[in-house]
Amino acid sequence: MNLRRDVFQAIADPTRRAILLLVATQSMTAGAIAANFDTARPTVSKHLQILTECQLIEPEQNGREIHYHLNPKKMKEIADFIEPFRDIWDERFNKLESVMKKYKTKK
Amino acid sequence: MERKTKINAEDGRQDLVITREFDLPLELLFRAYVEPEIVEQWMGTRVLKLENKKHGGYRFETSDPQGNVVFQANGTIHEFVPDSKITRTFEMENAPFGVQLEFLEFEKLTDETSLLSIHTVFRSNALRDQLLQLPFAQGINMAHNRLQEIVSKLM
Repeated sequence: MNLRRDVFQAIADPTRRAILLLVATQSMTAGAIAANFDTARPTVSKHLQILTECQLIEPEQNGREIHYHLNPKKMKEIADFIEPFRDIWDERFNKLESVMKKYKTKK
Repeated sequence: MERKTKINAEDGRQDLVITREFDLPLELLFRAYVEPEIVEQWMGTRVLKLENKKHGGYRFETSDPQGNVVFQANGTIHEFVPDSKITRTFEMENAPFGVQLEFLEFEKLTDETSLLSIHTVFRSNALRDQLLQLPFAQGINMAHNRLQEIVSKLM
């Protein structure tokens, strides 16, 4: 049976999140990615396979090598993904509100 | 606390809209954007310059406790209408996001509540998505650093 991969499951794994971070700034080969982890190479390959199936990363043939890079479009589809950005603004605006409430009572 | 800030960033576009309702009269909300000492309090940055007028400009700077500058931003004000709107550019210095165009609109809801909407336009969709990703990537980084600290203590 071929289960469809769930993107949320894909990013729930810390190693896979670390891989996403690695390929966010540059395209990397499987070997270069694996070099960042103590895990066995086949385990990293499996992670890459899952991320590719979810289209979170895209393999690209580069001569004899395959380079993986982040697919920002797919990343954007993950609702949770925008949350940290929203949190920052929400906190900032909460601060604004509490600061201004003090100005209000001062008057 | 309930989070009232909304972000609208549609797929494939090069802009985003941040909206927020405040339990503040419109005048107080607007003051929070124009008085340097107030901006410093809620933005957590130093205000080097803030000229609230057409053709005016602004500069922000943040230093860490050691005195190293960690954040610098500047922009030019194109439109300034008290209690209503500010149109300005925004550029984070030494960052790869380029100049952004910001349309800030302040609106009265009731005597005690107001609405702010910030429409930000980026040069490209890729740049917008990169900026949206930044806190997410930093979150992973922080988790990683914590993990590294714990692991190094075990060794």
